[in-house]
Amino acid sequence: MNVPGLVLVASVAILYSCGFYLLLQRSLMRVVFGIVMLGHAANLSLMLTDAAITLPPLLGGPDGPISDPLPQALALTAIVITFGVTTFLLALAYRVWLGDANDEVPDDLEDRRIGRLSEPEDSA
Amino acid sequence: MNLLLAVPFVIPLLGAGITLLLRRSPRSKQIAGVVTLAAVVVDAVWLLWLTADGTVIASDAGGWAAPLGITLVADPLAALLLTVSSVVLLLVLLYAIGQDIGGLSSATPQTFHPLYLVLTAGVCLSFLAGDLFNLFVAFEVMLTASYALITQAPTRARVRATMIYTVVGLTSSILFLTGIALVYALVGTVNMADIAIKLDGAPDDLRMVLALLFLVVFGIKAAIVPLHFWLPDSYPVAITRISAIFAALLTKVAVYAIIRTQTLLFGGDDVSAVMLWIAIATMIVGILGALVQDDINRIMSFALVSHIGFMIFGLALNTVAGIAGVMVYLVHHIVVQATMFLVNGLVRQYVGHTSLRSIRGLTAVSPALALFFFLPAVSLAGIPPMSGFIAKVALFQAGVEAGGWLTWVGIGAGLLTSLLTIIAIFRVWTRAFWGTPLPDMLTARAELKRGPDAAGLRMMTVTTGVMVGVGVLVAVLGGPLVDLSFTAAHDLLDGGAYIEAVLPGGGS
Repeated sequence: MNVPGLVLVASVAILYSCGFYLLLQRSLMRVVFGIVMLGHAANLSLMLTDAAITLPPLLGGPDGPISDPLPQALALTAIVITFGVTTFLLALAYRVWLGDANDEVPDDLEDRRIGRLSEPEDSA
Repeated sequence: MNLLLAVPFVIPLLGAGITLLLRRSPRSKQIAGVVTLAAVVVDAVWLLWLTADGTVIASDAGGWAAPLGITLVADPLAALLLTVSSVVLLLVLLYAIGQDIGGLSSATPQTFHPLYLVLTAGVCLSFLAGDLFNLFVAFEVMLTASYALITQAPTRARVRATMIYTVVGLTSSILFLTGIALVYALVGTVNMADIAIKLDGAPDDLRMVLALLFLVVFGIKAAIVPLHFWLPDSYPVAITRISAIFAALLTKVAVYAIIRTQTLLFGGDDVSAVMLWIAIATMIVGILGALVQDDINRIMSFALVSHIGFMIFGLALNTVAGIAGVMVYLVHHIVVQATMFLVNGLVRQYVGHTSLRSIRGLTAVSPALALFFFLPAVSLAGIPPMSGFIAKVALFQAGVEAGGWLTWVGIGAGLLTSLLTIIAIFRVWTRAFWGTPLPDMLTARAELKRGPDAAGLRMMTVTTGVMVGVGVLVAVLGGPLVDLSFTAAHDLLDGGAYIEAVLPGGGS
């Protein structure tokens, strides 16, 4: 495997693992960063589908070697989508922070009530 | 380019733009919305008419031939779901308009109509998409609209629910994108018919990994156990019309995507044992969740999870009868689930909330409401002669035909779930509808009937009644529906007609 390929593979692996780690945190900002990293990981893995990714797409001349333009077009669309939704997530996180004055994911009250049903009466 | 295939998502997108321009006039916005959706219904019925004999219509956008361009495909399954979805979307919009003209909703935000139409476009495009990336884009259109819709009239609880919903939805989208990257790396195409041909020669273990990845991706959105935890947390929190449409359509679009990918791309064999286990777990866990809840909306959300299990069960059988059963179940469940949530919205209108702890005697408050709850509820539980019974019988018959001990366990789980559904529903019935109404409920009703909201309330009630009628109609048309499902299921498992329509001459 050539060197850019190896660097890409390593980046994708690191981005996925860090992204999922951050996603499982309780702080909303970390969750948002996790989503951003996962988005990058997915876009980079689209780049991995073409071995000649370092070559220019389409502009390699009529006979020259070019890279496959389709994954780049797909990644472009995906970047726009993840960018838009990330902005929305940031706005939501801000809203939660305004409402609760912290950015932790709150508990589900209904679930806690159901959980208490299984406890014996006298301990409550 | 066949225009019929473009109408279901181009017209709603145009309509969304128009309703955005009509900011100042709520009435013209409502008319634009209804006209748009009516056009989609007409188009969908037309498509269903054309495809009912098993024809598959394919169309290349911009004239770029199939593996290269964007392909739109309508087969009987897609056309059937398109028809049912557009009818439900139209009825829920009418319900919402009733709520608005009565001033019964606390100030509908300006963005409701445009977002609702964008959601429609996303749902319709998901059914018609002929390549994986287009399916991804359609899902994103649908989900992004739903992220914004679920925060309408934001309260703290809604913002919290949206946060969970958005993060979960986005995670599954990113996994979807990863799946597309892997498929593209393996076969070098994103056109589904082309992938179906080329995946045949792929190594078995790679195919299995991809099939599982796509099962997880759509499983998150379809809320199969153990990926269901977000649904009962987020759906009941949204305003009624939104949760009705989410519960009826969004999970079913994901089920449709599971059917499409598992049958067409992967041939279904790879993961059918896993899917049977998932189906059993989904049925049981969902309905057990419903039994301990105290809020009607939450009960219905957990019931929704358990009924997704039935659909996965039919799909896991991987036989013509099984998949036909899933299709009948999909049609039945889209209609019934939407009706249940609309009825809950009416209950909220009368009582102000949907918590079972302080509702009693709704039958005395409004007999029509009781009837509207009862008919879809017994249908959900699968009591003859309602549509739920037809759907369940179709699935269980398919299960008996398929045989095998795990299938029998699945049938047992299904019967148990049906019984528990009856218990859950009669718990709601005895606590909320039976007995003498609380005094403040009667005064609230008197005020509602006299006040300026009466016209709006009547429109909401009539729309709910029509929806109940559609549910009964599904049962009446059970015979043709089953026939159509068998035709469609045959094509789905065979795959030949679909591939031939998209790539005339078998590609290459």
